[in-house]
Order: sequence, then structure tokens, then C-alpha cells
Amino acid sequence: MAVNTDAIGKRFAPATYAVGREKIREYARAVGETNPLYLDVEAARAEGYDDVVAPPMFAVVYSLPAVWPALFDEEVGIDFGRMVHGGQEFEWGPVVVAGDEITTTATLKDVSERRGNGFFVFESVSVNTRGETVCTALWSNIVRAV
Amino acid sequence: MQAGDELEPLSVTPDKLLTVRYAGASGDFNPIHIDDEFARQVGLPGRILHGLYTMAQVARALTDTGGGPASLKRLSVQFRGMGVPEVELRVTGSVREVRDDGTVVVETSCEQDGKRIIRNAEAQLRVEP
Repeated sequence: MAVNTDAIGKRFAPATYAVGREKIREYARAVGETNPLYLDVEAARAEGYDDVVAPPMFAVVYSLPAVWPALFDEEVGIDFGRMVHGGQEFEWGPVVVAGDEITTTATLKDVSERRGNGFFVFESVSVNTRGETVCTALWSNIVRAV
Repeated sequence: MQAGDELEPLSVTPDKLLTVRYAGASGDFNPIHIDDEFARQVGLPGRILHGLYTMAQVARALTDTGGGPASLKRLSVQFRGMGVPEVELRVTGSVREVRDDGTVVVETSCEQDGKRIIRNAEAQLRVEP
């Protein structure tokens, strides 16, 4: 496939996600987490947190509203049906707890082609209302050759 | 922790409907994970696990060992092949390096049916020096 590298550097619209207690619990149960910090408000408060703590990989939940539309951006031109997730990187700052509001901005970092496969790397940066960067992520997607 | 220490292994068998629950919990509704027919149309054996679900199992093994959510500072993985429901996943790893500032570098992988579906996974945990 021919990839379009013109969109490299494109920034997408930021998205703000309000972290809810029940959403953290739903996510924690789905991935099999049993640490009471994620499930039990009293256990979290006993450790000094304001509310239940989001597991680190909850970053997926608050980042996706900014990243998902980027995958469908016409200028980027990903054929979604042939896309597979090639790699992922997260770097975490302070933990996120229920009640936080997280704003994420996604950027297209790189586009390349090898052996007919297209490689698309997005970066997302997520910031809380105190201005702290809670997560920086790299999302590497491969669009398989036809 | 010191170099060479093994991570406590983690085993989990995602049930048949796990991908549906994970899609709802995470917001990732790519049909290759929830619609068998669609998955086959695009050349997959059937619906496959979300890579980010499998990565969450690696993260769980790390935070269980490292001492909770605040201990995991970085995790990078490569996905290979694909994971499927109803087959056991097994996460293993070992400490490669302990730095003076308390950063512990751990190499991990996740295997299913003898295949490494997550490889070259590198994590940084922060533990009290």
C-alpha cells in the first residue's frame, strides 16, 4: 500500500474524560484486578487517596476518546479493517483516582511503509486538572498489506 | 528486588465473552474483537483478544509484584500474532537491572499455547530505594 506521510505531525482535537468510580470498578473487574485500591473506597482512603485508584492500564480508557477519532481521520487514511495493534508504550506520572478529569491530546508521530505494510505511530499526552502529566503513550498500528 | 529475580508468574484464562466485557470497559469496540463473522471476513480465525487486555495482564503481574499502581512507571510491549479467548495466558518475567534511584527494569512476556503473543516487553517499576 502507498502511505501518505503528509499528515505526520498532525494534532487532533483534545478530549476530556471524567473518571468515574464505577467505571474504574468495571474496568478493574474486566481485566481481573483484585487489588482493593481499585474497588473499595475505604481501602483507597486508608492509603491516602481521595477515592478508588485507576489501574495504570486504565490509561486506555481516558486516552481513547482522543486517540480513537485519530484512527479514522481521513487525511491519515487508515484502512481500519486491516489494522492490527503492533505495539504500545505507556509512561505514567501521578496516579489517577475517581473524580479526576483528564484531558488527552493525540498527535500522529510517524507513518512509514515496509514490505507493503503501513506503520502508523500516534502519541497521546494526558494531563489532569492540576497540570500534571499522568500518562504519555505511543500507539503503534500496522495496516496489513492486501 | 535484584537482577535475576523472577516475577511471580500470572495465569489467566479469558472466558468466551471476555472480549465483549473488555470492549465495554475500555471503549475499544473494534469489531475484530467482538464479532466472529467480521473477524473471519478480514482473515482472522474468529474474534481475537484486545492486545491492550493482554498488556493489562502484564501490568497486573508487575503491579502485584511491585507494590501497587503507583509503582509502575513505564511499560512498552510489542504484540505478535494474536491472542484468543478460552486459552490460558501466562505472564512471566525477570528483573534485568536495579538502578540506584530505585528504578527496577523488568523484562516480561506473555505466552498463549506456546506462542509469545507479547514479547520484548520492558517495564520500569519504582520501588523505595
